[in-house]
Formats: sequence, C-alpha cells, structure tokens
Amino acid sequence: MAMTRMRSPQMRSPLGRAIGLGSAKEGVEHWWRQRMTAVALVPLVLWFVVAVIGLVGADRAAMVAWVHNPMTAVLLILLLVATFYHAALGLQVVIEDYIHGEAMRLTVLVIMRFLCIVFVVRGILAVLKLALAA
Amino acid sequence: MISDPRPLSPHLQIYRWQLTSVLSILHRMTGIALAVGAILLVSWLGAAADGPGPYAKFQNFLGSWIGLVLLFGWSVALFYHTCNGIRHLVWDTGHGLDLKSVYASGWTVIVATAALTIVAWAVGLSRWGL
Repeated sequence: MAMTRMRSPQMRSPLGRAIGLGSAKEGVEHWWRQRMTAVALVPLVLWFVVAVIGLVGADRAAMVAWVHNPMTAVLLILLLVATFYHAALGLQVVIEDYIHGEAMRLTVLVIMRFLCIVFVVRGILAVLKLALAA
Repeated sequence: MISDPRPLSPHLQIYRWQLTSVLSILHRMTGIALAVGAILLVSWLGAAADGPGPYAKFQNFLGSWIGLVLLFGWSVALFYHTCNGIRHLVWDTGHGLDLKSVYASGWTVIVATAALTIVAWAVGLSRWGL
C-alpha cells in the first residue's frame, strides 16, 4: 500500500536497486577521449587539407617524396590514429543510440571496431612503407 | 473518434526546422560520412604504397565523375564537422551556450564551411589546370 507508493530516497527504481548495478563509470573517459582526439584533429586536418591541395596534379613520385619526409610521415600516422580513434568513439555512440537489440548491438560494435583497426593498420603500414623506402 | 484536441507530433511537410537541431543532426551525419570517407584516405595511401599501377588506378578513380563527387562531398563534410566540432569544443568550456550565441555560432559555421569549401576547390581546381 503506502510502502510501494513511497518515494525512494535515492532516485532509483526498486528494480534498479535490487539488481544493484551502478554506472560503469566509463562515460567520462569516453567523453574525454572524444574531446582529446577532436582537439588533435583540428590542426592535423587543416595541415592535411593544405598538403593535399599542394599535391593536386602531382605524380606518384612527388607524392612518395612527400610521404618520405619524416615530418609528413609522423603527421600522417597521427592523423590516421586520431581519425580512426575519433571515428570509433563517435560510431559507438551512434550504434548505441539506434540499435536496441543487445546481440545485434554488440555484434555491430565489434565489427565496427575491428574495421577501424584494420583500416588504421593498413594506413600506417602504407605510410611506413613509403617513408622507410630507400 | 479522437476527441483530444492536443496537436499531433510534427508533420514533416509543415514542420518548422530549427537551425540548432538541423546542425546537430548534420554533425552526426557528416561524422558517419567522414568515418566512411576515411577509407578513401587509407585507399590513397595504400595505393601509393602498392606501386605505380594501383596508384594510377586510384588517381583515375578520383578524377572520374564519381570520384570528384565523392571528394566534394567528403570535403564539405570535413569542413563542416571540423567547424562545428570547434563550436562543440567551445561549448564544452561552458561558453556560448545562450540562445543568441548558439544561433550566431551556427550561422558562422555555415558561412565558414561554405568559404573553406569554395577556397579549397578554387585553389585545387586551378592547380589541376581547370
């Protein structure tokens, strides 16, 4: 009667209290990493756009010479890592928002992360191959 | 019979869009597009590393109609997501959150995106010999 109507002193449902799971406390870390990669990407993206415009019309030799520069190689790898890290964090939120079935959500999340890793490794290896070629 | 006179949920044909929500949706949409577009960046680097043959193939693709449309869409998305991302970073510091500032920064993002896109393509196309 009155018991069930009584407001919980904590703002949690009776079921929530019975199950007893707290927040995973991972939200802040996700938020912070998304911001860190975003801050890093602002100068990296601007550098990349200017560099790519500079390469318009250039042949492969000019492009290879560009990547051969250690500074370019470092910035390209940083760009790749920040881009795919930021993308994985952002896509995770989108997937969690729109896919409600637990099994499906987990499956898509895992596939998305694997793909991000595959592409970033492919990109880094390509940069290294061009940068380290004699 | 429906006797409740309360309005129904917004009907898209008469719905009055707000700049704020449209830009928010666009941020997410361009984010997804850029995640897919990042594959383009990896393909370019990969093609260059694989040799002259694959690189020529990739360059031909980029120079084709579909390639140029993809590249244009990618550049607009990149400029928009970057500008609006900076807007978000400013918000994260607790600044510019009142309605007037939100609209002012929103229009600034639109103008900056258009300007950056036009400048980038004007310089790029002139270098390409067009």
